[in-house]
Amino acid sequence: MASTFYNEILTEHNIHPFHKHKMEGANFVLEGVNPSCGDDIVLSLKVDDTDKIVDGAYVGDGCAISQASADMMLDLVIGRTKEEALKLKDIFLRMIKGEITDEEKRQLEEASVLEDVSHMPARVKCAVLGWHTLEEMFDEDKAE
Amino acid sequence: MSGVYNKADDAKIRSAFPILNDETAYLDNAATTQKPECVIKAVEEYYRSLNANPLRGLYKLSVAATEAYEGARKTVADFIGAGDSDQIIFTRNTTESLNLVAYSYARNFLHEGDEILISIMEHHSNMIPWQQAAKATGAVLKYVDCDKQGKISREAFEAAITDKTKIVAMTELSNVLGTVNDVKTFAAIAHEHGAIFVCDGAQSVPHIPVNVTDLDVDFMAFSGHKMYSPMGIGVLYGKKDLLEKMPPFLFGGEMIDSVSRFDAKFSEIPHKFEGGTVNAGGAVGLEAAIRYIQNIGFDTIEAREKALTQIAMDKLKAVPHLHILGSDKPEDHHGILTFTIDGVHPHDVAYILDSQNVDIRAGHHCAQPLMRHFDVFSTSRASLSFYNTEDEIDRLVDAVSKLRGEMGFKD
Repeated sequence: MASTFYNEILTEHNIHPFHKHKMEGANFVLEGVNPSCGDDIVLSLKVDDTDKIVDGAYVGDGCAISQASADMMLDLVIGRTKEEALKLKDIFLRMIKGEITDEEKRQLEEASVLEDVSHMPARVKCAVLGWHTLEEMFDEDKAE
Repeated sequence: MSGVYNKADDAKIRSAFPILNDETAYLDNAATTQKPECVIKAVEEYYRSLNANPLRGLYKLSVAATEAYEGARKTVADFIGAGDSDQIIFTRNTTESLNLVAYSYARNFLHEGDEILISIMEHHSNMIPWQQAAKATGAVLKYVDCDKQGKISREAFEAAITDKTKIVAMTELSNVLGTVNDVKTFAAIAHEHGAIFVCDGAQSVPHIPVNVTDLDVDFMAFSGHKMYSPMGIGVLYGKKDLLEKMPPFLFGGEMIDSVSRFDAKFSEIPHKFEGGTVNAGGAVGLEAAIRYIQNIGFDTIEAREKALTQIAMDKLKAVPHLHILGSDKPEDHHGILTFTIDGVHPHDVAYILDSQNVDIRAGHHCAQPLMRHFDVFSTSRASLSFYNTEDEIDRLVDAVSKLRGEMGFKD
């Protein structure tokens, strides 16, 4: 795998993230942290009355995988409902475990470039940080 | 001393270490060093022919094990100029040694309002035990900062210490900056104020000659595994009068003279502090490592490490977008080069270097307050031993030179 893992899609999302900025008017905000390596993101989402994610952004600091993964996640979930976003989260987490079909992989679009993380145990936490934060955000919502 | 690096010595030096090879450049020596064959053999030999529980058996094998273990203690005492070997306590590592002082000394002799003074460049192992001791006793924890060159000035130290200071704890050689602190001067100032001086020698003892009597420190802690010994053996040197008045830290077997139903009379030092079965194999391994270091000689070790540091620093400084933390003088770094690369996170640095078999450390190096002091969140660190080579440094430099390109930057 070597350094070829850092392909253009990944590095582009890391250097020129589309969604990495502060956002006003979010009704869901949650920080996600990997204490062992220091990856840190604050995810903000705007969800409307029909449970549709109408906008999203993040700020943070961390390795390329953690930051690019959050950016690619937002590409995927903006415009979708909470339920659809959580379904994609399931697919993404299963991809990282090496357990998805080609059809499911297509649904992840650019985020599927992180599939090789399934062979990189030390980087799994980085790749899933954004998705775990999203999951936790909506779980807390359920609990309320 | 000036640095001397002779490529012709590489093969001979490296052949002593079975794990070293031409495939992998191991540049994480401040985390742990590799072990020479003679150390591995010494541990094996102990378990093959000398093993029994030291210090208690009345048969020949146990006596032999005791002699091996106590012989190692004597070797350690001589190595650091400690004088009587009963001032040497074997522990697991530096962390345990420092905790022993924080538990047994600080918690028993500090009072509310007393001050503990430590430096900003301490490893967490010489920081958190004092945070906890301060909380437990009501003492106040204070810091002396270093400047951007990684130096703690005498003026800064004198400004930070007061007559309330009862403990000063400081590293002799920073695991992040490579700076050597003027421990001898600081210990003398501490004593003038009635404080004891606890020195973290984890990085210094393996790389520069250390004499605890000359430095006049009250305690010195270090680990075997950073000086070519097995993991799990460490040392606490302490001045006899202090050790004698300190209560035991761990209670149990092998640290008592006699026990009744409700009380016990404790052994003399050092055994008072070595409750439970000891790591005799580790101590024997440490002794073999000390003999190995003495055989190579600190002259050679320091000369090579200094020259390699100079080479590495000159080459790394020429890499665009790379910034080395601390002093801009190679002679201040003692083999430790901590750096950042603009736009590339240290974990990506370490990962990409690993793919090219260059082993370095990335993260906060157990020194988060120091990282904050330098306004960085995490960094990459290459740390050298005398067994490293210019070829390995070239591989490091080549790999870091290409990093920004690999990460998609166009310059």
